[in-house]
Amino acid sequence: MKNRVVITGMGVVSPNAVGLDNFEKALRCGKSGIRFISELEDLKFSCRIGGVPKNFDGIAKDYFGAEEQSGLSDNIAYASVAAIDAWQDAGLVQAADNGHPDWDSGTIFGCGICGMETIAAKVVPTVNAGKVRRLGSRIVEQVMGSGVSAHIAGIIGLGNQVTSNSSACSTGTEAIIDAALRIRAGLAKRMIAGGSEGASPYTWGGFDSMRVLSRKFNDQPDKGSRPMSASACGFVPGAGAGALVLEDIETALARNSRIYAEIIGVMVNCGGQRDGGSMTAPNPGGVVRCIRGAINDAGITGDEIDAINGHLTATFADPGEVKNWSAALERGPESFPYINSTKSMTGHCLGAAGAIETVAAVLELFRGFVHPSINCEDIHPEIKPFADRVVRTCLDYPEMKTMAKASFGFGDVNSCLILRKYEQ
Amino acid sequence: MKTQEIFDQFVQLIKKYVKDVQKLETATMETKIIDDLKVNSARLVDIIINSEDAFDIEIDDDDADQIRTIGDVVNVIEHKLRVTAS
Repeated sequence: MKNRVVITGMGVVSPNAVGLDNFEKALRCGKSGIRFISELEDLKFSCRIGGVPKNFDGIAKDYFGAEEQSGLSDNIAYASVAAIDAWQDAGLVQAADNGHPDWDSGTIFGCGICGMETIAAKVVPTVNAGKVRRLGSRIVEQVMGSGVSAHIAGIIGLGNQVTSNSSACSTGTEAIIDAALRIRAGLAKRMIAGGSEGASPYTWGGFDSMRVLSRKFNDQPDKGSRPMSASACGFVPGAGAGALVLEDIETALARNSRIYAEIIGVMVNCGGQRDGGSMTAPNPGGVVRCIRGAINDAGITGDEIDAINGHLTATFADPGEVKNWSAALERGPESFPYINSTKSMTGHCLGAAGAIETVAAVLELFRGFVHPSINCEDIHPEIKPFADRVVRTCLDYPEMKTMAKASFGFGDVNSCLILRKYEQ
Repeated sequence: MKTQEIFDQFVQLIKKYVKDVQKLETATMETKIIDDLKVNSARLVDIIINSEDAFDIEIDDDDADQIRTIGDVVNVIEHKLRVTAS
């Protein structure tokens, strides 16, 4: 008998909004968080637009003391703000500084290319200049793979498992799945799950060089992220964090907490970089197995999925993804669920993407709407049969019960969540 | 630079690392930086770097290893300034 897992709190630092209320408003009205970034022009990037949370330093002042903030990378600060907000949103309080840790609560909070901005801007120049001793005491905590989860644990006082996962663009969704499995197994009552990514040309440079970034909309930033569009020309890099408090349903009910949704099905796998899969492209069979695995885990059929929050990045892979969903659910264009891409507004937030997008999906399920997927007025020819199911203006859908969320990442890794509206 | 001036400047400098700032108001040369002021031990490295910048001196690792009290730092700074001046 596995424990049921529900979501009781959320926090988000997204390129198009910070905080849940602002995020919901931004999603409903299709607000783009993509803007021109002059530093990318100075550095001769082909893609000169990005999704970076706005006015974040000002917001962060409400969360951290000046000394504390000075030692935080953007990556860790985004994650910490999202986690603090999620914890408070769940009606929970941080353990006192001189108190005991919460032994029943932990975190799995990952990132994709962790600490790159600190390594590039501080570690390499300082060490190369022969001034290693001037790095100070706060570099390691920023660049270690578990920097994000370590900071969150310290702020909140978590005493259960505290770790960071990393599986490229699947990281955020995978963190939620791993955390849910821990609660299911009875090893924790509560987990903060999420993902984060800093904004840095050093993080984005490799993608620019691969020519997978959007480079034809530098003069129209809000049009630059175009999932499922015929004129999609690559993804727009983004940054931010999403955090969700996952909780054993018994604990959540005992403290009478609001329940946003239940996680009823989970699956992670890898296409093995075989059968058409590679380091950078998904094995379609692996994707289909992952989605079906999550549906089987939920004990439902593909017919019960009302809407999909896709991975859908605006690269050549979007048509293949739609086909994979169709195959996995065994539903053709005539009976396909609604589908959207949060990345159309946020860009691709890499390790944060799955977490930010799951926050979006849970809000949609809880509030009964499906947010628009913007910039796909010229739907991709291969997706055209599904055009009626691509949500392009905000849709009220109060009867929606079940959503699927998936993420796919370099390394041919896949993750899929099945979320269900909680009904007593 | 007089000892008291160095002391005052150093107290200002470590303020941001001290959790209970009120304790700094009664600090003396004998006040222990980690035990009394509850400064995170890892931050001692940053305090030394900040002191080097503020007083334009270099504190070598062996001297840094001996630092326990405010007086220890003030004495090192005073010594370095005297050597530099001569």
